[in-house]
Amino acid sequence: MTAPVTLASESIQRLGAHSTGSAQNLVQSVDWMAIAPPALAAVFALVVLVTDLFVAERRKPLLGWLATGGLALSGLAIIPLVGEDRSTFCLTSGNGACSYVADPFTLTIQLLVLGGAFVTALLSMTAVREEELPAGEFWFLLLASASGAALLPASRDLATLVVALEVVSLPAFALVGLRRGRRLSSESALKFFLSSVTATAVMLLGVSFVYAATGSMHLSAVAKGLPGSDSRLETLAATGVVLTLVGFAFKAGAAPFHFWVPETYVGAPVPVAAYLSVVGKAAGLAGLILVTVRAFPSYADLWGPALAVLAALTMSVGNFAALRQRTEGAHSAVRLLGWSSVGQAGYLLVPIASAGYAGRAEDPSAAIGATLAYALMYAVVNLGAFAVVAAVRGATAAGATAAGASAAGRGEGPGGATGTADDGVTGHRLDDFRGLASTRPLTALAMGFFLLCLAGLPPGVIGLFAKVTVFGAAVEAGLGWLAVVMAVNVVVALVYYLRWTALLFRPAADSRPTGEDGGLPAEPVTAGPGMLQRRLAFPLAATIALTGVLALAASGAPQLLLRFADTALF
Amino acid sequence: MIPLDETVMQALLVAVVAVPLLGALAALLPAPPGLRGRSPEQAVLRHGVTVTGAVLVLSVVLALGFDHDNPGTMQAESDVGWIPALGIRLHFGTDGVSLPLLVLTALLTFLCALYSYAKPPPGPGPRAFVALLLALECGTLATFAVLDLMLFFLAFEMVLIPMYFLIASWGGQGRAAAAWKFILYTLLGSVVMLLGLLLIGLNAGTFDMVRLAEEHGSGLGHTTQLLAALAIGAGLAVKAPMWPLHSWLPDAHTAAPTVGSVLLAGVLLKMGTYGFVRILLPAAPEGVHTFAPYLAAFAAVGIIYGSLACLALVRKGAGGDLKRLIAYSSVGHMGFVLLGIATLTHTGVNGALFANIAHGLITGLLFFLVGALKDRTGTSDLDGLAGATGAALYGRAPRFGGILAFGAVASLGLPGLAGFWGELLALLGAYHPADGLSRPAYLVFMVLGALGTLLTAAYMLLVVRRVCMGDPAGPGPGRPAAEPGVGDLPDVRPHEFAAWTPLVVLTVLAGLWPAALLGLTDPAVQSLLPGVTR
Repeated sequence: MTAPVTLASESIQRLGAHSTGSAQNLVQSVDWMAIAPPALAAVFALVVLVTDLFVAERRKPLLGWLATGGLALSGLAIIPLVGEDRSTFCLTSGNGACSYVADPFTLTIQLLVLGGAFVTALLSMTAVREEELPAGEFWFLLLASASGAALLPASRDLATLVVALEVVSLPAFALVGLRRGRRLSSESALKFFLSSVTATAVMLLGVSFVYAATGSMHLSAVAKGLPGSDSRLETLAATGVVLTLVGFAFKAGAAPFHFWVPETYVGAPVPVAAYLSVVGKAAGLAGLILVTVRAFPSYADLWGPALAVLAALTMSVGNFAALRQRTEGAHSAVRLLGWSSVGQAGYLLVPIASAGYAGRAEDPSAAIGATLAYALMYAVVNLGAFAVVAAVRGATAAGATAAGASAAGRGEGPGGATGTADDGVTGHRLDDFRGLASTRPLTALAMGFFLLCLAGLPPGVIGLFAKVTVFGAAVEAGLGWLAVVMAVNVVVALVYYLRWTALLFRPAADSRPTGEDGGLPAEPVTAGPGMLQRRLAFPLAATIALTGVLALAASGAPQLLLRFADTALF
Repeated sequence: MIPLDETVMQALLVAVVAVPLLGALAALLPAPPGLRGRSPEQAVLRHGVTVTGAVLVLSVVLALGFDHDNPGTMQAESDVGWIPALGIRLHFGTDGVSLPLLVLTALLTFLCALYSYAKPPPGPGPRAFVALLLALECGTLATFAVLDLMLFFLAFEMVLIPMYFLIASWGGQGRAAAAWKFILYTLLGSVVMLLGLLLIGLNAGTFDMVRLAEEHGSGLGHTTQLLAALAIGAGLAVKAPMWPLHSWLPDAHTAAPTVGSVLLAGVLLKMGTYGFVRILLPAAPEGVHTFAPYLAAFAAVGIIYGSLACLALVRKGAGGDLKRLIAYSSVGHMGFVLLGIATLTHTGVNGALFANIAHGLITGLLFFLVGALKDRTGTSDLDGLAGATGAALYGRAPRFGGILAFGAVASLGLPGLAGFWGELLALLGAYHPADGLSRPAYLVFMVLGALGTLLTAAYMLLVVRRVCMGDPAGPGPGRPAAEPGVGDLPDVRPHEFAAWTPLVVLTVLAGLWPAALLGLTDPAVQSLLPGVTR
């Protein structure tokens, strides 16, 4: 699935070359170094897929380590590119626009998505084993999607951008639906697929309009061509711009295109939900940044206000919905993280909207940098939070099976509102976190720290300052009303983050709701300390430790992440 | 007083802020061998006393090393880059405005730790309690020691989570709702304040408070100053608290454990008024000038409102809670502080700073006393305490009753005690406010304030009447003691004596020798408010 990516972008080049009519320039030299990060991930995807055929069933876990190693390698491939500003797949004639550029913006997003995918891979080791997901397919899909996500920020023409976005999404649909025989899983995969395909169709229509108006696919050429385009094509161009933005807004999970988010997260395996919330979102945002700032700067007075409204809407919808989550509801933890990620996407949109107000003359780097810094912070702590959710769920699930399979058999836990026996445990409830501090103090401390980082309150210093940069971008752009809306949202978000944090430190016996039918043998508390004392699986513990240490380090030295708010990106 | 090297002073100030934080982290770790004490609980509580004691010693040494001839200049300054991307620097320093607050914070926290050591608060284990107490201390000390707007904001926010958990986990009845109200109100306030701080910092090109004070708003446009003053003022006013943004305070105080109430009233409220003096007055003078009359009006209403609320609570049969009453009296007292600031004169601001310290000492003492009373009798409900004739503390626990009466009298502003000078100076400032402010309006505020002192005297004396006096032998309905009479209430215990004596002594000292404090604040105020003659 990923091999065609490079081919696709190459064939676009050929198209471009053909249109300029110089046949002798068909042969390009490819800078393999520059494309190493996405290419390595793609290569490892294929390697995993092929290896899967020759590996015995009991050796399957090796595939996971192979995939993780591959992601680590492709992440490391970024290092030699730092400060180089390479580009490849360039037109050999005309304006010499390039389709693949490895500038600081690209490298930052690649670091984010490959790092996020690496953490997801660590996180998935346990899930793949425990939920009996097909290992070969899972790792192949994850790597394929990651390679698309790494390609996306580097793409500098609309076609590569769309293809990259699809390479991110298509494996993701499969990942969401990978839990065979589970209704919720396939249902959410279908929902995700249908709405995503609609968005892609809309986006493609937009792209074709833009192409019709400007005659070019390259972002830089589009940026130059749009303002000077034929006045009769103005409506066409504007429609194209709007439709393209709609497509990317969907991928970023911005309101009003967010409806797929919570449902999809709940249906997906937890690591996949984590992956979508961080890598999927980052990919969508990177695309949005590229088209707005690089391709349509002349329409800033159109997309600036539109994105500002979208940002306000997104954060409000996400946060108020997250506020409504009940602690005892099935999957309430994942659902809450899903809605909160919608809210966070709203914050991430604020600096992009501010870039629209900065005016064409100014460098939008400062505002975009705020988004990058925030996205990096968000990636680390959100992955950490998902890791803890996976760990707690793992504990409760194991406890349930240990204490008696009858709970799964009857399929009616206290929160089994969905009533689907195929979902087995009623895990991922917020109530499962009650009293975590007494059973797993370190995990609880880490979770509290992640949540406070997301809320942006000390001791989560990095969360606080990431929010400060976002606020700063809005204030500097004169978007006072948006800053005030965001301020209110920060307070609303605090309510549910802090409620969760307080839950961690509450005594476990405190008003534990008993099952309605009373005789539930697998009542988590009676299954008790024994199962909670069970040691965390190594990959899970490593994930929590890794994200925890990263978040702590960033809190002590926020410059680690915030420096992106201060560097020239493009 | 004692000459200290500048580097030593710098190290002292940084240590004052850093030691509590390190102590908080250390409190979470198991005690090392040799420091285990009788039990883990005792060890960690002792750890709290040790750390806060060390911080108190450090802050006293800092105060002694402070150059008292030049309190108007920043001293013990250290300035290191931290987040270049945002232009945030680790800039610490202290002058005559912040030094008394630093010492007050260190003192009150130490006394709280001492009090908790002898009487661990009922609730979950003391390990988290001590860690939260130390984190709280770090946040408040940092608020008074930092000279960078963003760092100030960070420190301002840092107290929220510890205080939330102190109230929510160790509080009394209605603690969950009160804790929520506290954190949501103050967070909403501080986020709005952040917007104002960013507005100032981004427009002036620096977050450095010293430079902003030097520029005195020259780099900022009029609209910017107005918006910034409004946003920052609103955020600080929630914390101070200013009527009508005070409604979180009574609930939080009533529900908080004794130690929480003491620190909330004694230190946390001061962060709001300190922000007014340190940031708003010098950095956005035009904006402040526009809003000063409104601030003064709200302050005057707050004074009257707080007193009337207390009078309503103290009535027989009103079911008033003593803790709630003192909380409302705080609204009144902080009204004087805000009124003093709103005059924009040296007199008024000095009075405000003095009243700040005095309120910290006196209200801290009162909350200690009420907490101890609640421990003894099981209630802080006035009607329950007083019964038919009065709680008769004079007869049942004479020393305890005496200290309570002392606190009440100090709180109503008896000349010769700390409460007097601050309110007098604030009213004096209102008599002749800064140029350009409407004098008639301020005269009205002054009269309202003076009326407020009368009302304060009325309810405080009523409290003394109902709690301290009465028939010790007379059986009262709801009197908790099984056999009422002399000696049924334990009198002041040694640890209480240790915790309260410093507050009593300092209250008397500040009342008799106000120059000690005013000599520190006045030069600093003069440099913060240049061009003002009064």
